[in-house]
Amino acid sequence: MGADITKQLDDILSRYNGEKSDLIPVLQETQESFGYLPEGVMQRIAKFLRLPESTVYGVSTFYAQFKLTPTGKRLVKVCRGTACHVRGAGYILSEIERRLGIKPGETTSDLSYSLETIACFGSCALAPVMVVDKNVYGRMTPTRVGQIMDEIK
Amino acid sequence: MTFDEIESRAIAEWEALEHSDKPRILIGTATCGRAAGAMAVLETINRELKRRKIKATVTQVGCIGPCYAEPLVNIIKSGRPHIYYANVTPELAAQFIEDYLVKDDPRPDLALGTVGEDGVAGIPKLFDLPMLRSQPRIVLRNCGLIDPENINHYIARDGYSGLVRALGMKPEAVIEEVKKSGLRGRGGAGFPTSTKWELCRKSPGTLKYVICNADEGDPGAFMNRSLLEGDPHSVLEGILIGAYAIGASEGYIYIRAEYPLAIERLELALRQATEYGLIGDNILGSSFSFHIKIKEGAGAFVCGEETALMASIEGRRGMPRARPPFPAQAGLWGKPTNINNTETWGNVSAILQKGADWYAGFGSEGNRGTKTFSLVGKIKHTGLIEVPLGIPLQEIIYEIGEGILKDKRFKAAQTGGPSGGCLPASLLNLPVDYESLTQAGSIMGSGGMVVMDEDTCMVDIARYFLSFTQAESCGKCVLCRLGTKQMLDILEDITHGRGKLEDIDRLQKLGEQVKAGSLCGLGQTAPNPVLTTIRYFRDEYEAHINEKRCPALTCTELISYYILPDKCQGCLICLRNCPAEAISGGKRMVHVIDQSKCIKCGTCLDLCPTRFGAVAKVSGEKVAVPSEPIPVTAARPDAKDSDESSNQ
Repeated sequence: MGADITKQLDDILSRYNGEKSDLIPVLQETQESFGYLPEGVMQRIAKFLRLPESTVYGVSTFYAQFKLTPTGKRLVKVCRGTACHVRGAGYILSEIERRLGIKPGETTSDLSYSLETIACFGSCALAPVMVVDKNVYGRMTPTRVGQIMDEIK
Repeated sequence: MTFDEIESRAIAEWEALEHSDKPRILIGTATCGRAAGAMAVLETINRELKRRKIKATVTQVGCIGPCYAEPLVNIIKSGRPHIYYANVTPELAAQFIEDYLVKDDPRPDLALGTVGEDGVAGIPKLFDLPMLRSQPRIVLRNCGLIDPENINHYIARDGYSGLVRALGMKPEAVIEEVKKSGLRGRGGAGFPTSTKWELCRKSPGTLKYVICNADEGDPGAFMNRSLLEGDPHSVLEGILIGAYAIGASEGYIYIRAEYPLAIERLELALRQATEYGLIGDNILGSSFSFHIKIKEGAGAFVCGEETALMASIEGRRGMPRARPPFPAQAGLWGKPTNINNTETWGNVSAILQKGADWYAGFGSEGNRGTKTFSLVGKIKHTGLIEVPLGIPLQEIIYEIGEGILKDKRFKAAQTGGPSGGCLPASLLNLPVDYESLTQAGSIMGSGGMVVMDEDTCMVDIARYFLSFTQAESCGKCVLCRLGTKQMLDILEDITHGRGKLEDIDRLQKLGEQVKAGSLCGLGQTAPNPVLTTIRYFRDEYEAHINEKRCPALTCTELISYYILPDKCQGCLICLRNCPAEAISGGKRMVHVIDQSKCIKCGTCLDLCPTRFGAVAKVSGEKVAVPSEPIPVTAARPDAKDSDESSNQ
């Protein structure tokens, strides 16, 4: 773990008292900074919270939000909620898979894009929905996928 | 500052706004509004107002409900009714500013409805629209009307008067009031709220917790998100009232991380309420002290279950545990804890503000009050709705929702998310209340209502829900972990045309066992979507198994696309757009799909001009087509634009 990573992590940890219940918020904030949870970072968090490393690893792998490998510069999420499902989310997902050449949970080899499916964004009235980073796109069609992917290139 | 002073200042601010000479523009920028492009509209409005040097107040509000009409913009000119414009684009927004604000033409052709005593000729009243007229607004009383980031707006509309009233009562009397209202838990199970509070109040211990469950995990549901984005204080006030009644001094709001805007607005609301002395030590000068924290979920559906949720707050994996002890006895960190759903808390504030008798005037016997639903799927008017309990399903689908998209046939309404079931057309008269839904094999659930039409395959829906619960099972109980996997495998087989007739019985048997052998609600209800679809749509299962046919033409493994040689005009549209390059042919040559290359995306069917109608989607049958492209023989249909290249 590089010195700058250690410093960045210590900055985050300095805002917490080291209570065991801080584990999830600490992991969330850490991931927000590094994009994922590197092994060394998780070990340091375990030490700080006086928790076994296995507990930190257990929690990190239990919750879908946490990632143990680096993610792409842009995160493309496709909603697979019920409303999206019945309104054709499958076609949206296949179109994105086809364009990026990756499956959900994967990252392109140049680290430009990661693709994920999400249980539900709660924008069901505008189904099907996709999200790129923090932008939500509703009423999607396979053709619009192409337009949006070109726009965000 | 006393509450009276806070209140009169808030009312003064609200009235100044209401009676302002400046025009006001309200724009719905909740997440769904944003998904529909509201932020671009907001930008245009601000830019146009500046360019034309018009002084106007622009306010971002929550969702008023008709999501199908998003982005929604409400323009209020001094002393005139509010006018709502639907499906506003940046271009249209610029147009309204020109037409209505500058030239005083309200553009009835583009308006959705008005709010206010006087109407505007040519525009219906918003709350007379079929979608809104049968909706009492209790939980959603402020959504879309107030600035959710301004606590004064909430206070000016009776906000926190319920807390003030509660603080003047004995805690037991507050519980009694909630009991009289008949309020039941809106998270889905419908347990009487007052009973839950009473148990926790009577539990020995000085440190008690209340929790607001905002981990709205059901796919297809967004009621809690809308409420928190549109009126966060109504929930906070409810939590405060509950905490006072129970004798709790600390609280948590557990909210899913997928709702960043709701979290942002909640955090702001907490700061504002704390500044006003509505949260903290000695609230409003009383002996009641209460502190509240927000905890973000980390993407685990099972954390909607109360014991899993508490484990997650404690920083552990969200795995449910056996009950008893119930949270009211030993909950968070072993202390007595009361958990209610976000919507329940939103009801509590209304009940204390307006009284239990008023509240009990809505709904039916044993099912008092209202319930919010997210009405989505194959329905014309998708949106966030609030209906009195006991309303017939029919009324929700055909009046509020205005019927099925493209006037297709209604097949089923799915309630209760992955824990619920599918209600068929024969149950359209069913009153929507806790008991009726349970008897029909579904549940009330938190309020997702997904409408399905003839093009929705019920076997695929069962498979879809099971793939969700199977992935979300925490893995603690064997039957939930492995039973759902077996059920999913069987459903995969059926939807891929590999099903066997005994699979249906096997699914039913396994489903009953998973229900019986699981500790928490996730496993106990996971088989519901499968069991109800078998109960009401057995014929669809049989078609998949016996005829290898998907009647709804949904299951990709069982469908094929063909280009009909007697209709194809050889126009090249489908050929050029096929993502799999599976179509061969040439100009004025009948196109042919190579079935081995076809990925069944449906692009050819979507793009083939309707007047040709040359692409057929079939299941369980073969269509006679040439193996190679042949010259077009079909007569050209009458059309003004006969040049097909203009279509591309």
